[in-house]
Amino acid sequence: MPVRPVSVGERIKRREDPRLIRGLATYTDDIKLHGMLHAAFVRSDYAAGKIQKIDLSKARARKGVIAAYTFDDLRGKVARTPCVARPEPGRDAEHPLLADGFVRYVGQPVAVVIAEDRYVARDAALDVTVDIAPSRAVVDLRGALDPARGKVYADHADNVALAVPQNPENAAAVDKLFQAADGVLRLELVNQKVAPVSMEPRAVLAHWDEGPQRLTMWTSTQVPHLVKQAVAQCLSLSEVRIRVVAPEVGGGFGCKIPVYPEECLLPWISRQLRRPIKWAETRTENLANTTHGRAQYHELEAAYKKDGELVALRGRVLSDVGAYPSFFGPAIATFTPLMMPGCYRLKGLSVEVVCLYTNTMATDAYRGAGRPEAAYAVERIMDAIAAATGLDPADVRRRNFIPKNAFPFTTAGGAVYDSGDYEATLDKALARFDYARAKSQRDQARAQGKLRGIGVATFTEICGLGPSTAASPIQRTGSWESGMVRVEPTGNVTITTGASPHGQGQETAFAQMAADAFGVEVTDVEVLHGDTDVVTHGVGTFGSRGLVVGGTAVHMALEKVKAKAARIAAHLLDAKPEQVTFDGEAFRVAGGERKLTFRQVAEAAHLWNVPVPGEEPGLEAVARFEPTGTTFPFGAHLCEVEVDRETGEVTLLRYVAVDDAGKIVNPLLAEGQRLGGIVQGLGQALCEEVRYDESGQLLTATLMDYAMPKAHMFPRIELDSTCTPTHLNPLGAKGIGELGTIGATPCVVSAVLDALAPAGVTHIDMPLTPPRVWAALQGAAK
Amino acid sequence: MKISVEVNGQVYERDVAPRLLLVHFLRETLGLTGTHIGCETTICGACTVHLDGRAVKSCTLFAVQADGRRVTTVEGLAKDAEHLHPVQIGFWEEHGLQCGYCTPGMIMTTSAFLKENPNPSDAEIRHAIEGNICRCTGYQQIVNAVQHAARLERGGR
Repeated sequence: MPVRPVSVGERIKRREDPRLIRGLATYTDDIKLHGMLHAAFVRSDYAAGKIQKIDLSKARARKGVIAAYTFDDLRGKVARTPCVARPEPGRDAEHPLLADGFVRYVGQPVAVVIAEDRYVARDAALDVTVDIAPSRAVVDLRGALDPARGKVYADHADNVALAVPQNPENAAAVDKLFQAADGVLRLELVNQKVAPVSMEPRAVLAHWDEGPQRLTMWTSTQVPHLVKQAVAQCLSLSEVRIRVVAPEVGGGFGCKIPVYPEECLLPWISRQLRRPIKWAETRTENLANTTHGRAQYHELEAAYKKDGELVALRGRVLSDVGAYPSFFGPAIATFTPLMMPGCYRLKGLSVEVVCLYTNTMATDAYRGAGRPEAAYAVERIMDAIAAATGLDPADVRRRNFIPKNAFPFTTAGGAVYDSGDYEATLDKALARFDYARAKSQRDQARAQGKLRGIGVATFTEICGLGPSTAASPIQRTGSWESGMVRVEPTGNVTITTGASPHGQGQETAFAQMAADAFGVEVTDVEVLHGDTDVVTHGVGTFGSRGLVVGGTAVHMALEKVKAKAARIAAHLLDAKPEQVTFDGEAFRVAGGERKLTFRQVAEAAHLWNVPVPGEEPGLEAVARFEPTGTTFPFGAHLCEVEVDRETGEVTLLRYVAVDDAGKIVNPLLAEGQRLGGIVQGLGQALCEEVRYDESGQLLTATLMDYAMPKAHMFPRIELDSTCTPTHLNPLGAKGIGELGTIGATPCVVSAVLDALAPAGVTHIDMPLTPPRVWAALQGAAK
Repeated sequence: MKISVEVNGQVYERDVAPRLLLVHFLRETLGLTGTHIGCETTICGACTVHLDGRAVKSCTLFAVQADGRRVTTVEGLAKDAEHLHPVQIGFWEEHGLQCGYCTPGMIMTTSAFLKENPNPSDAEIRHAIEGNICRCTGYQQIVNAVQHAARLERGGR
């Protein structure tokens, strides 16, 4: 029995919050350095074209302007925009830091102006004239398949960035399964392009310090160590001369993983001018030139049996990678076929992936990154099977579940699922929702002429990336994480983590772990992150890996420190290490009264007046956790909607989410992750869409045009959970950040299609805006 | 132009460009960086401050429009860590924030709202924060935070 209360598993409020609620946190744009200059970018107004002339003279002549640059100033001095998921030669495309002769998407940086003042920099950017001879833009994803209709890169054979074809042997086996099936369904699904819209836009402050020959850059990123590595390579600088700091970061959702042109340019210019330079993105720049997500088109066939069994899936995933290969961009869609089996034990899957360039902003990771697209597809298929067989949608899912005694389970997509109990989450969700009663109420409402529908989604996802060897076939970065634990002479604890939280609350979660490990108070633990000079090495926070991979690294370092502390305690207590146990507060010799508290051992470790043979003074440890496999959290979501027949407006009446992310360190934070993810997923389903016109002009360039989910759109979301731990890490944690966006999107679409079914609507694409729903109703009525 | 603005109880006299936005006056001129910029179009509400006690969005007001008036920013709500405003306490207790970027604006909007409506329903709170966008929380814990604050304020703290 532990002496002290255990803090892991408790609803502990966040240690991050006091600075944030008082307005005392420091985001990148809050930092001001002596002599600091401001950058403003001149961006392409055209989606495609050849640059005829760039005239910087008027800008340079403006009072307060220090410098202005085009690609000609950079040529041969810097490398391309960093990319770790580079397509093969012939399909790869080098994205220059500033446009080199051609522009390929609206907002592409063409020139940069540096001025004493933020306002002057923006004025001067408007002084620059750029003559562009526009050419025909490739905007439509399906259209991009045909190179005769235009190519993004004239020297490429076509618009393909990456193609993962079907394996012929597997395809033949899947075809056989199709022949033996009772029926085949065909679906074409749009997973529209959306914008991540972190509330803090991107921002960079670069300071080349000429004395020590060292670059310090503050940047709003999820991956400071990857930025350091990428900037070093881009600028041919030794990485030991670079310090990257991710200060307070105002949300990421994947779009702050890529290392962007601006993050490479500002350090280069700072070194030229020997002055600090800052750039803070405008929201319009953010919507135009921070990576987008999703942007897939699915052509799928599903073979099923009359009893509701999904036998096999085949088809094609088209992925819009945009105008250039972003950091992980082309790799994202490879997750989609991998995760398309969802919670189900289908026998065969043969789905090819074709990633295509278009003259639009590049796409990259966005909360879920390839898995929401997979879940959306297979859940639409489950509903289609229910409709075709007349079975209940929840029953169809249940009869296809991988049974709980079948784990570890290798799916038809080739993923090895660690653990799961899908029936448990579904049963709990159905009970909480009171499914039978809800269905009868829906039917009563329908009898009164209302368009009422119930949606169901059961899903799983891949989390805790790596392992490094299998993160993605074309991804060139390790997927481990680091943790360091340093015990001060007082016994207070400093932790550093290579994870780089930006709202997740890892400072609190990791402090809870240390408090439990050493029997100290949570407030006696400091957690540092987001500074490459402070944190040994790291990868970052994305892919629901902060706790699963980062937390495990911290756990390993805590265990190393505890083991050393036990050896020191044993020596001081005149006992053998195996006789000493830690009871949560003190090291005790078995069967005796002799004990030393953790704080006493910490003091002895630093004081070292009683040296311990075979040990070094001090009490600290570094660990890196390399996962042996990925984790697969899961959930069952149910919701009810009503559709206004006259306006097409969708009202969400109820939403119940039962999720299983394994063991939970802090339920308060876990609920926050789930609620936020669900609303983000509902946003994609109901209102969000990045839209370009046929010439590639961005139509959603402000938050007046890009529809974000707002508070009044949602009822109180009801949460419940089950707990199926993973064996893949000692915490038993499976990852939680992306569950919501994966479950919510198919769930609400399922409900809307159920509501529209009596009116004869069988298909609709997201976002389910009133005009689109209304049009579907009119179309079905004809 | 010379302006005189009372910010968080202190009067500042400054010579500012007529086009200087109030949010930049607060952030750059006075160094009060708790007020954030999220959209520059009065949509997201990250820049919300109180002007003569009313919640306004400082990204589409000029500094000169605050001349002779009283501004409260998030930094002005609590004199120190031990004396947090009830709304700040509510946000902390109920996990009403994650990345924290929208939070100052949310706190300023809802603290003004609770003065008008000390006993709001969930729906009224959701309506009150329609002009503030949060990408992290899904709003539910913000609603809880505001209810928490309302309870504290009604309790006659």
